[in-house]
Amino acid sequence: MTGRILMTIAHRAAILAYIVFALFPLFWLLKVSVTPNDLLYSEGVRLWPSHTTFEHYRFVIENSAFPTFFKNSLIVACSTSVAVTVLSSLAGYALSRFRFRGKYAIVALMLITQMFPLVMLVAPIFKMLSPLGLTNSLTGLVIVYTAFNVPFATFLMQSFFDGIPKDLEEAAMIDGASRFIAFRQIILPLTLPGIAATLGFVFTAAWSELLFALMLISGNTSATFPVGLLTFVSKFSVDFGQMMAAGVMALIPACLFFLLIQRYLVQGLTAGAVKG
Amino acid sequence: MASIALSRVGKSFGTHSVLSEVDLDIKDGEFVVLVGPSGCGKSTLLRMIAGLEDITSGTLTIDGQRVNDLKPKDRDIAMVFQSYALYPHMNVADNMSYSLRLRRRSKEVIAAAVSAASGKLGLDPYLERRPKALSGGQRQRVAMGRAIVRKPKAFLFDEPLSNLDARLREQMRAEIKRLHAELGATSVYVTHDQIEAMTLASRIVAMNAGSVQQIGAPLDLYDRPANLFVAGFIGSPGMNFLEGRCEQGPENSTVVLSRGYRLPLSVRIPAADGETVTLGIRPEHVTVAPDGQIDAAVELVEPTGLGIILHLIVHGESFKLFTTDRALLQPQATLRINLPKERLHVFDQSGNRLAVM
Ligand SMILES: Nc1ncnc2c1ncn2[C@@H]1O[C@H](COP(=O)(O)OP(=O)(O)O)[C@@H](O)[C@H]1O
Ligand SMILES: [Mg+2]
Repeated sequence: MTGRILMTIAHRAAILAYIVFALFPLFWLLKVSVTPNDLLYSEGVRLWPSHTTFEHYRFVIENSAFPTFFKNSLIVACSTSVAVTVLSSLAGYALSRFRFRGKYAIVALMLITQMFPLVMLVAPIFKMLSPLGLTNSLTGLVIVYTAFNVPFATFLMQSFFDGIPKDLEEAAMIDGASRFIAFRQIILPLTLPGIAATLGFVFTAAWSELLFALMLISGNTSATFPVGLLTFVSKFSVDFGQMMAAGVMALIPACLFFLLIQRYLVQGLTAGAVKG
Repeated sequence: MASIALSRVGKSFGTHSVLSEVDLDIKDGEFVVLVGPSGCGKSTLLRMIAGLEDITSGTLTIDGQRVNDLKPKDRDIAMVFQSYALYPHMNVADNMSYSLRLRRRSKEVIAAAVSAASGKLGLDPYLERRPKALSGGQRQRVAMGRAIVRKPKAFLFDEPLSNLDARLREQMRAEIKRLHAELGATSVYVTHDQIEAMTLASRIVAMNAGSVQQIGAPLDLYDRPANLFVAGFIGSPGMNFLEGRCEQGPENSTVVLSRGYRLPLSVRIPAADGETVTLGIRPEHVTVAPDGQIDAAVELVEPTGLGIILHLIVHGESFKLFTTDRALLQPQATLRINLPKERLHVFDQSGNRLAVM
């Protein structure tokens, strides 16, 4: 009896320790973003500054190109996540349900694309995109991000489709649905958790991507937020307060996004589909 | 309602042949049961009728029209899956009305059809529930309801009762029979359970290893099995088999069993003198008599309530006897039994029937 209680306490304590560990950097981000510049170096290491300010936030919004970066990032991340999710749902469904010639070759090819360090690909991609006028453009970024995320997202979606019994769409087809209608009305609603996970995964990946954004984009008009953050680093100093304020604001869409989809992430929709 | 005809239908998955040369005519309103051991190709055959599997060779016609290449949705048949395959994100009413909604029937028509079906199946209190909030038996009913709301040309059932417990299975079996009597719809029912086959079918199709062994009325298969497979598969406990040698006389044949027991038959069987044959007799037809012809060692006594199953050893082979005589519950080491000749089945070496007495 006491053993069980002790186990529970240990379990909760371990979870708590993990949460503290995981959230501490975020807390520090917040703390620095509200610390006035004059206290940043003068107070030593403290958990919370003696007085706080929103000056950094005001400055970033009013005087920097941050709103542009933010808008660009939003466009790129939303377009990429939607494009990848649509493509990978269809591809994942095909891999899960159909037998076709070249299936294993395609799977192998997709796996191989995941093996190269991205840095190797920067130069050839730049070479390909620049004659097409896709460097320094958000469209170019969306295309590159989509290409890189589709293979993994496809495998992810395939595993979600694999978890949905084939009987369901067969029942729908016998009920009078075409395969596509069965996919849309029966299978997709049941894959919402998978779709939400894929959307979330791709959104955050595109939102925080730095390497290609840095290489393919020059100048502020098409820069995304991670590139924009670097503008707070000048030759002589780093403006930590403003950088952190921008960082906190950059977190907001990701947080909102996950709040929106978390309902689907935790839902076990398929329970009760077949015998149970 | 419709007739279904299969003509020389075959199926292979790649090079692996699963069904060959299946010929079957299902008349309008018939209840046909496909029965056979697991893996013999019953589900595959059913799914070919449904349009869920391609037909490798042969022709499938529904109401005289060739439908080999018709999509499932255009065949107008309904199917009850072993897993029930209820749509988990829809409540019971929506599950049942899905096919009608796909066909864009009016709201009133749909409501009437759903309430008629749910009334028949006793599902009225559950219409608003999701499948996961139902018991196994209720889910099974919803699956049935989904099939009957739209009055299809034919019903297909793939082991619909195999996930239910014994009592519920018996109850649903009776209910399916009642529904069929009421709706009179052409039905094809797959099961590996020979009791289900016997009780439900107007005709049974006994299958083994991808080919049809015998087609006939349930009691036909029971009384006149065409070969050793059907003889052994239909009936529980299964038929007993004993090997012997045929001796032809002027009027009748005699089977000589291995220890020299002679069993004169009442007819002459079409076999060569000296040919090895297999005798079959059902456990309930074996009689116990103090002056019986054959010695049997008693191995095990199983009272079933209705009767007693005796596991015997005859000539080193296991042999079963079913009796309602409770006196035989008394432990005893040996018995003497008779094999009444009017109850014998005789099969040749390739397993085909030579004679039924
Ligand atoms: N999609 C498939 N691919 C390859 N073999 C299959 C497939 N479906 C069924 N089979 C094979 O076909 C045979 C018959 O299967 P099935 O019709 O499900 O048998 P039953 O329903 O009588 O138990 C089995 O040997 C099975 O392994
Ligand atoms: Mg089966």
